Amino acid sequence: MDTDQLIRSLAADNAHRAPRVGAVLTMALLVAAPLSILIFATFLGVRADVMSAMHNPFFDMKFAVTLSLAIPAIIVSLHLSRPEALLRGWGWLLLLPVGLLAVAIGSEAMMAPAMPMTMRLMGRNSRVCLVAIPAMSLPLLAGALFGLRHGAPSRPALAGALAGLVSAGLAATLYASHCTDDSPLFVATWYTLATAVVTAIGALVGSRVLRY
Amino acid sequence: MRGREDEWTGLMRSAMAGDDAAYHRLLKAVTPVLRAAARRGLARAGQPPDQAEDIVQEILLAVHLKRHTWDSEAPFAPWLFAIGRNKLIDTLRRRGKRVFVNIDDFAETLPGEVPQETASAGEVAAQLGTLPQRQRDVLQSIAVEAASIKDTAAKFSMSEGAVRVALHRGLAALTAKLRDH
Repeated sequence: MDTDQLIRSLAADNAHRAPRVGAVLTMALLVAAPLSILIFATFLGVRADVMSAMHNPFFDMKFAVTLSLAIPAIIVSLHLSRPEALLRGWGWLLLLPVGLLAVAIGSEAMMAPAMPMTMRLMGRNSRVCLVAIPAMSLPLLAGALFGLRHGAPSRPALAGALAGLVSAGLAATLYASHCTDDSPLFVATWYTLATAVVTAIGALVGSRVLRY
Repeated sequence: MRGREDEWTGLMRSAMAGDDAAYHRLLKAVTPVLRAAARRGLARAGQPPDQAEDIVQEILLAVHLKRHTWDSEAPFAPWLFAIGRNKLIDTLRRRGKRVFVNIDDFAETLPGEVPQETASAGEVAAQLGTLPQRQRDVLQSIAVEAASIKDTAAKFSMSEGAVRVALHRGLAALTAKLRDH
């Protein structure tokens, strides 16, 4: 087939309209979310003392941190799904949860400590955290990768890493309502480790499936 | 340069609004520029220029299937050239070449002499043979025999909707095969 002939067939297909990447990503995450919630409901559940926990600003802070990861990661991943897009000018959005955590760690340090620092950092749930966040991330990660496949990222591994951040941020939001460790030191250590695992998986898979 | 790119952006906007003729004109207009850039890129990587047409066809397919990622408020050329670079890099990698794609190969500079001829490429033609019969028939009819969707529908006793579906699926399948082979 010569190029003029190919062009003719493309022009004949001009009426075909694909949905926007954002719409496909949203749908894919909505389809995946029930699976993650099912894992949460089956194995974890909301902590028993949630009503009193809500009066603790460090409990609320966990959601601010995880959502300030998930939402900017969605925005940046949609930006990067355009072929000509660069991370430059957008990457700072991903530092929001880091900044929030730093503020939280600082304010906790200024309060009279209820527990010694190492106990706050190690917590009681570090192993559950390291398993639960990646496990609940996997359905969401598959959804995010499916959604981003509809785009045309010029750096598939980077886009895959963003998909990892999206899914880890959402999974960590669920997990935060289960975990009784509210210290920002715990969050900064274990949530970050779990997120790093998911991000690495996302980058690895993304480098294969996000090529267009 | 500016004028040419503004014209492309205008054509693409019309195309997205449903103007098939504008889309056809746009693809014809960008092809010689892509061809020249692909040849430059191959030459820089020490590769024979005879693969240039394969790259051009892969770029055109990607442009078509990913055009929903183009922001109609943004200029068309940077989006187009980003896809061009991506496909050139892919081709060179597939051939096991270390890749140093010069950003200028697909930059906004037009070479003085542009080869105008339409060339045949081997890879799309080869993958065409692996498509399901119906998609192949429809593509053959519309691309090679220049039949309209209506005439193609009549020829194969299909509805026009079914022809459109087969055409789009055929193009998407071709692109996937080119990417993964």
